[in-house]
Amino acid sequence: MTGLQVRNLTTLFDTPRGQAHAVDGVDLDVAPGEVLGLVGESGSGKSVTLRSILRLIRPPGRVTGQVAWQGRDLMALGPAALRQVRGGEIAMIFQEPMSALNPVLTVRAQIEESLRAHTTLDRAGRRRRAAELLDRVGMPDATRRLDDYPHQFSGGMRQRVMIAIALASEPKLLLADEPTTALDVTIQDQILKLLLDLRDSMGMSVLFVTHDLGVVAATCDRVAVMYAGRVVEMADVLDLFDAPRHPYTRGLLGSVPRGGAERTLLTSVEGTPPSLTALPPGCAFAPRCGWATEDCRSAVPPMEVFARGHAVACIHHQRVAA
Amino acid sequence: MTAEPLIAVRGVHKRFPVRRSALDWLLRREVLAVQALAGVDLDINRGETLGVVGESGCGKSTLARCLVRLLEPDEGLIRFDGKPTDDRSREGRRRFHRRVQITFQDPYSALNPRMTVRQVLAEALAVHRMRPASGFPSRIAELLDLVRLPQDAADRLPHAFSGGQRQRIGIARALAVEPDVLVADELVSALDVSVQAQVINLLLDLQGRLGLTVVFVAHDLRLVRHISHRVAVMYLGRVVEVGPTEALFSGPVHPYTVALLAAAPDLNPRRRTTRAATLGELPSPLAIPPGCPYQTRCPFVFDRCRTERPVLTEHTPGHAAACHRPA
Repeated sequence: MTGLQVRNLTTLFDTPRGQAHAVDGVDLDVAPGEVLGLVGESGSGKSVTLRSILRLIRPPGRVTGQVAWQGRDLMALGPAALRQVRGGEIAMIFQEPMSALNPVLTVRAQIEESLRAHTTLDRAGRRRRAAELLDRVGMPDATRRLDDYPHQFSGGMRQRVMIAIALASEPKLLLADEPTTALDVTIQDQILKLLLDLRDSMGMSVLFVTHDLGVVAATCDRVAVMYAGRVVEMADVLDLFDAPRHPYTRGLLGSVPRGGAERTLLTSVEGTPPSLTALPPGCAFAPRCGWATEDCRSAVPPMEVFARGHAVACIHHQRVAA
Repeated sequence: MTAEPLIAVRGVHKRFPVRRSALDWLLRREVLAVQALAGVDLDINRGETLGVVGESGCGKSTLARCLVRLLEPDEGLIRFDGKPTDDRSREGRRRFHRRVQITFQDPYSALNPRMTVRQVLAEALAVHRMRPASGFPSRIAELLDLVRLPQDAADRLPHAFSGGQRQRIGIARALAVEPDVLVADELVSALDVSVQAQVINLLLDLQGRLGLTVVFVAHDLRLVRHISHRVAVMYLGRVVEVGPTEALFSGPVHPYTVALLAAAPDLNPRRRTTRAATLGELPSPLAIPPGCPYQTRCPFVFDRCRTERPVLTEHTPGHAAACHRPA
């Protein structure tokens, strides 16, 4: 098996108000060279899913389920083997580069640290490669800037540094957790184009977490929509934007203004997402859903594959589409 | 538009000096200052929604704060309803604040955590002597209704509300004094998309019912396009293009506006591009280059851009851009 397979991934946190189901039975596949978008609002469990895959959830958080990477079970790996995979074959970049980078080490030290851990390059080789990597991610004057500290860079340049560190091990899968959310739109555009270019030139897969549907449309091949810890719809990006089947996906797409209908009311989703410690029985979206019936409140709807590559967890999806 | 604009901004500058260390002082280094606003000219017409867009550091929030006089400009003039807004007396400021209100970006820090919604709204009503205290309860009920919050919200503290509900409380507080102008500074940027739509719908509805003039400051181009009659694009403390929304979005004139619109990800996956719309980043606001502020990133830069600052020039009626390039 190649690529990443996630089955029945569940992450629980004990909170003073009871057990929170941050991720509730998520199934995902990422094929080699594919960009899979994980989209949802805050609290939908998209970031926790990403962290659970690399087992970055600390106790008292608990992760269960299967995560297979290139046929190996990541859940069963020992600490040393897991360390080799993390930042090696699977690298991760975060939303806020300033808190992910070490403020008291130069950029060179941080890139070379990753090279030392994951490559066999000697000292001179690492120095050369660090400059190449920083140049590759579009840092102007890369050689001179290697000895600068993170605070000397702008937000966009810090994100490039973080990508350079992630690329040091030539990863086969990049987990990207809202990497452009803190950036301005022109810089976001540059970083997204860089990630797509790297995917093409290095044959890397990307699991891309975002709340921004525009970013999804601009970068992803396939999309999984998450709501209250569950995947509610999964489709090719074109199908998702052309013919969304889940009422939540439709609401989400309707909430974003499009050109041509200025100053009209948006089709908003009324209400707010449920608390993860008190999920409603059955479909978690039912209390906000205009299509909901009694059946929706009695059992969690399973994911139903109704067309090639398009699955939805809604018992009324035929009616919704009509 | 021959009518006098409700708010006229003329040549407004605002500088924030950078703190100097003792060494800077001993060595008599130059006092550095961030040029947050570097000569802003802008008209806001009665009853319209003016969108103000730009990237972080372009000065849009500073402009919003100058409009409501939370900050006083260093240079230049802001006229409101035909009169200069430089009356610094307590009474003069209060009269002004009654008519021009603001809502803030962060719904978690804009409300006093120890004041119930009722206290928040009653304070606004009392400070501006909107009506006798006996009329407060009915007015508070009315305001909650206006922003579609349940009546039992009045006696709860801010922590009991979600981000979207808090922004509604902020709107209710601003509207309590029946202002003419509402300056909405990144009103929905902290909210999830589905909640954003609720608040945007509310704002559109309120504007229609109350005849508000709205200044909608935001970085989200899609939202600004949706809600605004006219849009002003800011770059490094200046308005570089202003015009009717449709004209500006379908035919942007300034190279920065062109790049900004191209950089915003399209919602249609079929219109995906592979090349970045802009190169480079914003120069430091401590050292804005002479001439055109966009020259460091502009693909069309020529000699004149490096020496002479372009001024806003009308291309078609109401649509102006600050660029030397012949149209």
